[in-house]
Amino acid sequence: MTEAAAALETVDVTCVFHVGQGFLRGAKPLRAVNGVSLKIPQGQVVGLVGESGCGKSTMANILLGLQKPSSGDVLYSGNSAAGFSRRQIARRIQPIFQDPYSSLNPTKTIESIVSQPLKIHNVGEPSEWSAKVAEMLDVVGLPRRVASSYPSQLSGGQRQRVAIARALVMRPEVVICDEPTSALDVSVQSQILNLLQDLKEELGLTYLLISHNLAVVQHMADRVAVMYLGRIVEEADAQTLFNDPRHPYTRALLGSVLTPDPRLGVPDTHLGTVFPNPIDPPPGCSFHPRCSECMEICRSRAPRPVADGGHETECHLYGNTGGQDRHVAHND
Amino acid sequence: MASGNILEVENLRVDIPVASGMLHPVRGIDFSVSRGETLCIVGESGCGKSLTSLAVMGLLPKTARRTAARMDFLGHDIRTLREREMARLRGGSISMIFQEPMTSLNPSYTIGNQLAEVYLRHVEQSRAAARDRAVFLLEKVGISSAGSRLGQYPHQLSGGQRQRVMIAMALMCGPELIIADEPTTALDVTIQAQILHVLADLQHEFEMGMILITHDLGIVARVADKVQVMYAGKTVEEGPCEAVFDAPMHPYTQGLLRCIPIPGKTQRGERLGSVPGIVPNLVGELSGCMFRNRCEYASEACAEMRDEPTRMGDGHAYTCLRAPEEIAGERQGAGGTL
Repeated sequence: MTEAAAALETVDVTCVFHVGQGFLRGAKPLRAVNGVSLKIPQGQVVGLVGESGCGKSTMANILLGLQKPSSGDVLYSGNSAAGFSRRQIARRIQPIFQDPYSSLNPTKTIESIVSQPLKIHNVGEPSEWSAKVAEMLDVVGLPRRVASSYPSQLSGGQRQRVAIARALVMRPEVVICDEPTSALDVSVQSQILNLLQDLKEELGLTYLLISHNLAVVQHMADRVAVMYLGRIVEEADAQTLFNDPRHPYTRALLGSVLTPDPRLGVPDTHLGTVFPNPIDPPPGCSFHPRCSECMEICRSRAPRPVADGGHETECHLYGNTGGQDRHVAHND
Repeated sequence: MASGNILEVENLRVDIPVASGMLHPVRGIDFSVSRGETLCIVGESGCGKSLTSLAVMGLLPKTARRTAARMDFLGHDIRTLREREMARLRGGSISMIFQEPMTSLNPSYTIGNQLAEVYLRHVEQSRAAARDRAVFLLEKVGISSAGSRLGQYPHQLSGGQRQRVMIAMALMCGPELIIADEPTTALDVTIQAQILHVLADLQHEFEMGMILITHDLGIVARVADKVQVMYAGKTVEEGPCEAVFDAPMHPYTQGLLRCIPIPGKTQRGERLGSVPGIVPNLVGELSGCMFRNRCEYASEACAEMRDEPTRMGDGHAYTCLRAPEEIAGERQGAGGTL
């Protein structure tokens, strides 16, 4: 991995939820995130990909300080999260969510939405806020007159721009983008992606880009981590991962991307139709029931991550020599 | 039009009265589907693609007015059918798959009940036969231990499985035509590929016509035989899938294709193309090309332009004032990137 200081880092973070199984049946633990160590270096874009239910959004909540991990630690520029309050974390890290229809309060004007962080953090004089808001609207490419509008008067793309303005008004170091363009039309998606790209250059931002759209991740990310049932199963810099995907799951994900090429049909993913229940994960490698290259060992033993340069893969196909020993808490 | 068509629609319009006047979401479109053929209708939100499918199904909202020069489905004139006759077709010979499998299945009935219902209503009154058919189709769409699934409720299935059930349900009565409205938009990429696979396989096996409505050009390129690009209630470009993707003619189609990042084609971090501006308001009297306020080639003539598509042969046509030679010359100048 790179030696650049990580703006944000998780160290062996686990997050367990207790899910009720019905009346009188008690709760069972669900490991949404299971021993994840992820570094987000300063000034880079890290992509986090995986299917729904793999723990991507729980990771986002942990990084934002909205969810306390059951074990492990989150480091902000190398300092443990324990030393920070929610408010201090919020000054450094801001989110952009998927659905701009539900992430903006419909009863407030755009000005009051965008200036809300300034109010909460007591930044400057209230008289300066509206100038700050106007400046942010310029930055995200909205006309200043929308300041007095309500979210319902704006289109989806405009609302997402408001959400970006709100996230950036505090000048955070890191922005967690959780599916920032999934709810938008393609022509709007490209505008928002271009905007995020420009803002990164101009303001020196660091992004964690959570998405299930691999074409978008490939376009934006410097580094990519692939998550499956709470574990990062493969991590590498973007070019390596897309050119030389190793984990069978990564290969299936990449194979599912539908590029607009009329000469190709619908790809066969070779993934089974069984989706494992995260409350009751399969023994051994949690991917083995869907894996087309499943071996005997996969059914009984969980693989350890194997590092090859900056390319880390957690799969028995790549042996477990040379990998660092890490406790894999799948079956305890 | 070819005689093998199972559905032929000409000059379909939908008008909805709203507070500020008359809204024209669908403004005269033609399309046809033949047996075993997939027609993809592609466009962004608000272009009228979903209302088009609802108009064929006779499921428009009560206030909406539908007019058409022709709407023939297997010898039935859909325009003149009474609600009862339409209800016999719907779910029987035409069936529909909606986007959100979470909301289109009834949470309080078992899968088996819901699958059987459509069969008992349209085909025969035998629960045993309905059950056999349901098990047969659930296995076809890739649901394991189908027999024991019949007693399950929708909430016990994952999103992908629910969409498989929806497909099985659409096939229960052996339809001639399937209309799928964004069938995979709510699903993960891996599941999306699997579902599209199932749909394409079954369509060939049962020789059904399919209208697939989507905004995803990747899906269109992979499954369509014919493509129809809609903008503001009109078809702006149509043609065989390869022709449209290889040589898009309308500025809107070209813009859409430039907007999406394509692994291996667009460079990482490079700026993506965009279609500036927003979709026009479709209330009131409309004339000329509705794309003109977002189009880089717009001229004054566009405001008076009539809908006369430029035909390129092999069914490829587009509605724009620019001459084919002009567009082709530019494409060569740009090094084939569009």
